Order: sequence, then structure tokens, then C-alpha cells
Amino acid sequence: MAMAASSRLFWASRAAAYLRISTFPRAFSTVLKDLKYADTHEWVKVEGDSATVGITDHAQDHLGDVVFVELPEVGSSVSQGNNFGAVESVKATSDVNSPVSGEVVEVNEKLSEEPGLVNASPYDKGWIIKVKLSDSGELNSLMDDEKYSKFCEEEDKH
Amino acid sequence: MAAAGLTRASSAGRPLMRLVTMSGAPILQQLHLEERLLRTTGDNWCIINDGTAPPTIVMGVSGRVSELVEIQPVLRDQVPVVRRFSGGGTVIVDQGTVFVTFICNKAAVAGLQPFPRDIMTWSDYAFSQLKFGGNAQSITKNRWVHHTSFLWDYDVKNMDYLKIPKRAPEYRLARKHTDFLCRMKEYMPSRSVFTDGVITALREQFLVEPTDIETVLSDDDAFVPSTKLLSEQDLEEIASSKESLHRV
Repeated sequence: MAMAASSRLFWASRAAAYLRISTFPRAFSTVLKDLKYADTHEWVKVEGDSATVGITDHAQDHLGDVVFVELPEVGSSVSQGNNFGAVESVKATSDVNSPVSGEVVEVNEKLSEEPGLVNASPYDKGWIIKVKLSDSGELNSLMDDEKYSKFCEEEDKH
Repeated sequence: MAAAGLTRASSAGRPLMRLVTMSGAPILQQLHLEERLLRTTGDNWCIINDGTAPPTIVMGVSGRVSELVEIQPVLRDQVPVVRRFSGGGTVIVDQGTVFVTFICNKAAVAGLQPFPRDIMTWSDYAFSQLKFGGNAQSITKNRWVHHTSFLWDYDVKNMDYLKIPKRAPEYRLARKHTDFLCRMKEYMPSRSVFTDGVITALREQFLVEPTDIETVLSDDDAFVPSTKLLSEQDLEEIASSKESLHRV
């Protein structure tokens, strides 16, 4: 005997809330609650004046299998909205833009041997750089998870 | 009148595309130009370079030299090896190669989504399983480059400088170059028929404006392209040791 649809939905959103992921009617990609998002599909996780940056699930899904990640040098500076590296997939190399400004303090060396981590674990093991923030006020211009989800939906409509 | 102005039916609705035509320009120079146009301008560009000299090996951004190139013959014969800024495979280009490059604002090409996917599904150029052109893309925030090297003709001997890649698209089927490539000159009467045809097709979608390359190579010396020519030292280091994680 099947559960009523509304009941299923109720439990689904309870589970989602517990796991801290957003649900939305056409849930193609995962969007995490605690992160901030740029309209170029990068995410940033802020802890004090330190930030971790990567590309979103939506981005990795559209790019396809990542075969190479071009990383910046540790010590180089990044600025909000500008490219700091690139991701190669199939035949396209796509810029990765930084959602924040600051100094690169660490890069994910594992991506040299395992670029596929960007696809398999875009918010966790597939992180790309860590930045010491120079201006946390910039975070206000980024989207939260809900805004970003809607943004992706709109983009996919075209 | 106001309503008519909003439709795209008239020729006034076509976006501008600047056309640069060259012949025999070195591929390193062409790639530097492309990077500069991509990153420092906001115009749409079409670059046609009919043939290049000297014969040069051009690798994608992530290729491992030791896996893709026969380094000893390359060093012996002093064949230049260039690493370009876009992804994709390794080619050897020469006077028989015709290059067509598009650099566009994402909004310029109607019907293409402003995301990589559509561009990446542009299929390889082939006449029934035999490839006559290879292409690659590079995508920035608001613009992209789609560049192709067309094999008007090629020298079989040159292919010996390239290894059969381990990581290759399905259509390759581990075939040697001579088994999966063909020459456009066997299918078309002349190079200019091809290049004129490209320009004619462009005019259907764009307002094409021939642009002098000199006006393009202006003052911006601050810009540093990432396409680079590998030095003899780079190649010797790769030949003598296992290629490290830090690719050249």
C-alpha cells in the first residue's frame, strides 16, 4: 500500500532539512544551505576570514566529466568575479571565477591526480581553493541557497 | 514602427562580427591573438588563418607531453610544441591546415544556451567516420572561443610525431591517423571555396565587418596569454624523466 503523496513529500522535506539540503519541485542538482553562491556557479563556504571555494553540483553536471583542473599558485590573489583557474571537460575549458577577493592560501592538490572529484563531490572533496578573505562585505552580493536554486531553474529554462 | 523595431527580422538585428583573415600566420601568434581578443575585447570575432608555418604540434591545456608526442624525433627535427589555452586533443598543423575561430559573446549566438553544454555538443567535423577538422572550446564568464583546425591537406610524415592517445573519443577506435582522417581537398575544389563559404554562412547570422589585424594588436601589453611554446629544455626534461604532476 503506497503512502499518500503528500505524506511522502512531508517526509522527504523532513529528511532534506535534517541533511541540510534544499528541496525544490524540479530537484536536478544539490544546493547546500550553508553556502553562498555566485551567478557563475561557484560556491563559497566561509569560516571567519577564511573561505573555501568550488563549483556547484549544477555546474559539474553541465560541464560533464572533468579531466583537468588548472589551479592557481598559493600566494596569488583572487578578486570577486574574476577567473582564477579553469576546468577542462571533454573539449571545453571553462573559467572558474572567484566569488570572493583575497589571497589563495591553499589549493586542492588532489585534483591533479583525481580531477573527477569535482564531479563526484563538488561541495566536499572537490573543493578547489582556500582563500584568506580581504573583504567579507563582498559576501552580501552573493546568493543564498534559495536564490541560487531559483537562478538555476531560470537558466535551465532557456 | 516601435513594434517592428523590436523584432529580429531585419538585418539591423544581426550582431556585429569582426572578420580577421590571415594567411600563413604562425599558430602561436594566432593563439595569442585569440586569447587577447577573448579576454580584452567585447566584440564578436571570426579569425580565418589559411595555412601556418612552421609545422607545429599543438596540445590542449591538460595533455601530458610524454603520452602524446614522440619527444625524440621532435627534438631531433626541432618541431615546435605549443600548449594552447583550450582543452581537447593534440594536432600537428602546417601549410595544409585552415583555421577558423569564433570568439563570441554568449548572448550573440541565438539559440545557444549561455552554458558550455550546447557548444560542447557541436560534433566533430567528419565525412562518414573520416575526420577533416578538430575543434576545441574555451569558455569565460560571458564569452567563448570555438576554434577549429581544418585539414585541407596534411603530410602523413608529420603524423609520426604524434602518439596514439590513451584517452580518446569513441570515434577514434584506436585508429592510426591515416585511418581516421581525410583531406578536404579531395572533397572541395579550392581553399577559397571553403573560406568564402564560411564567410557567406556567417553573413546570414552576423553583420560581418572585415577588420585589419594591425588595429587589433594595439596597446594592451599588460595582457599575458597563457598559450606557450615549450622550450627545448622543457622537452628534454620531460624526455629524461617521468613527467611530473607539474606539467609544463
